[in-house]
Amino acid sequence: MTRPRTLYEKIWDAHVVEQRADGTCLIFIDRHLVHEVTSPQAFAGLRASGRTVRRPDLTLAVPDHNVPTTPRLDAHGNKLPIADPESAAQLAALEKNAPEFGIRYIDAVAPEQGIVHVVGPEQGFSLPGTTIVCGDSHTACHGGIGALAFGIGTSEVEHVLATQTLLLQPAKTMEVRVEGEVGPGVSAKDIILHITGVIGAAGGTGHVIEYTGSAIRALSIEGRLTVSNMAIEGGARAGLIAPDETTFDYLKGRPYAPKGADWEAAVAYWKSLATDPGATYDKSVVIDAADIAPSVTWGTSPEDVVPITGVVPAPGSFADPSKQTAAAKSLAYMGLEPGTRMQDVEIENIFIGSCTNSRIEDLRAAAAVIKGRHKADNVKWAIVVPGSGLVKAQAEAEGLDRIFTDAGLEWREPGCSACLAMNPDKVPPGERCASTSNRNFVGRQGPGARTHLVSPAMAAAAAVTGKLTDVRELMA
Amino acid sequence: MTPLDKVEGRAIPFGLKNVDTDVIIPAHWLKTTTREGMGRGAFESLRADPDNLFDRPEYKGAPILIAGDNFGCGSSREHAAWALGDLGIRVVIAPSYSDIFSGNAVKNGILPVVLPQQAIDRLMEVAETDPVFVDLEHQTVTTQYQDRFSFEIDPFRKMCLLEGLDEISLTEKSDAAIGAYEAKLDADRPWMRPAA
Ligand code: SF4
Repeated sequence: MTRPRTLYEKIWDAHVVEQRADGTCLIFIDRHLVHEVTSPQAFAGLRASGRTVRRPDLTLAVPDHNVPTTPRLDAHGNKLPIADPESAAQLAALEKNAPEFGIRYIDAVAPEQGIVHVVGPEQGFSLPGTTIVCGDSHTACHGGIGALAFGIGTSEVEHVLATQTLLLQPAKTMEVRVEGEVGPGVSAKDIILHITGVIGAAGGTGHVIEYTGSAIRALSIEGRLTVSNMAIEGGARAGLIAPDETTFDYLKGRPYAPKGADWEAAVAYWKSLATDPGATYDKSVVIDAADIAPSVTWGTSPEDVVPITGVVPAPGSFADPSKQTAAAKSLAYMGLEPGTRMQDVEIENIFIGSCTNSRIEDLRAAAAVIKGRHKADNVKWAIVVPGSGLVKAQAEAEGLDRIFTDAGLEWREPGCSACLAMNPDKVPPGERCASTSNRNFVGRQGPGARTHLVSPAMAAAAAVTGKLTDVRELMA
Repeated sequence: MTPLDKVEGRAIPFGLKNVDTDVIIPAHWLKTTTREGMGRGAFESLRADPDNLFDRPEYKGAPILIAGDNFGCGSSREHAAWALGDLGIRVVIAPSYSDIFSGNAVKNGILPVVLPQQAIDRLMEVAETDPVFVDLEHQTVTTQYQDRFSFEIDPFRKMCLLEGLDEISLTEKSDAAIGAYEAKLDADRPWMRPAA
């Protein structure tokens, strides 16, 4: 018998091409997702050195960060020009590089286009037990279906394009176990916000986090992708959730997923990946699901989490002096006073979208809260940005778009949008945004923008009342 | 990558501590599609001052930059190394660096030399008027006076820089092993290839 291994160790071991004397391994990469921002210099590097893409069949390119979320075609079906010349240049570079290097490419106006981390699982391109990389730190997302997935820099993008491998040091393992049942109004986003608050933004540094326990098992794939997406906010390079029947049901029949006898073989293999009884993690945290409330951030680090029923903390309440300084700075930036009830914080902008929360289930949760209601007058800007064209079509088939537009929210085209404000969707300086994205960093949603991270249902609740709101109060 | 062995020339006596990558290359330069030309954005905010060090005629094209503690901290953007390279910098000398920056520097053919603050102070003085000599093979920084400072460097990084090897060329030496892995994967788990 071999030694009991964790899910992470099994995936790692299955991908070692070569091991160097110092423990560094050459790791095979099964899937490479490419978008327009971190790839142009990598393609230029290949061109300059006369290299080609080793495995174009394992590479999928889709534009998402820069695309406008306003209509992309005119009345005659012609592509509309992109106003910002730098965004236009990055998008044009991908459109040219993908075919030149023989890579699968989903065009900005294709029905399957969307945020790279929504598209991968949705197309069945991301599979359990695979290694997945992308030049974007939220690649951790794909861990929700049991893939070892992490973000890389531009030099590494070029390295993977040329060799389909990466030189890596094995990570330490960390288990975050969430046991029990969550209460009403508590979503996957609240679970991961709560976890981030508990372990801290550096809690998972150097580790790959495996999320386990009955509360995680009970989540849909959409919910698991939300949890794993924010592994990086807890300092980990990747998150993992063991594949199970929920995963197999989700993937079966997707375009790039195995078919027929291959499917059976794949499922048998995936079932063998679960962490063995008796395997140990370098670090473990146990969380009681009953302790998790609808959550919200008050500061500029994703660890700055309180329950919606809580108040803005005083910097002095933190034991660590450097956290005290950081908290004071955060509060100054956020324009908040210690002791203020979170539910008294007024909100002018609402963003429902991003690779964290833009899948069909997220839109359903938001629509359920907003149905038959209208956005508050003080909410100036409220946009709903589906994660992909397929999510958008599904939502429209269910009539969700009408629920949003009837309530005064805007229904947009898919893309990253106000998650990082690289396209025209920005939160104005000094204004607040209840956002379903993953980062509340200074300036992330636009210079001077103040971000409160929340779940889709909580964002919808804030849209209705114009304040951060406990969604449970709006639930029938 | 151009191999790097001996570098001699003027050294910019910059000396500032905790210079983050946003100072080295501001965020708006991230919306580019090439590595070239980024030197124009290097230290943009500091160079807005007409009397800045970088644009003084004696330091134009200087191959060496002397900096303070924790050089290259902050965002992991590789553009910082590209910007320095495009400015003509081949060697940075500082008491310490952020890990990510020193990794990115080596990947882009820039040598990050670590020397104690005392040595930095002396080199800053010399750099005002005279050239500085860096010898990677012998791991020394010298001046035309009596100064001679030895530095440590990871042997792997040293070899990469001396031979001008980028990581891709190194990995390409494992081509046969990668091919064997691919063949075995196709045999053991053929369904791993995307179906469509
Ligand atoms: S939605 Fe945000 S976090 Fe996700 S890939 Fe886009 S920019 Fe990155």
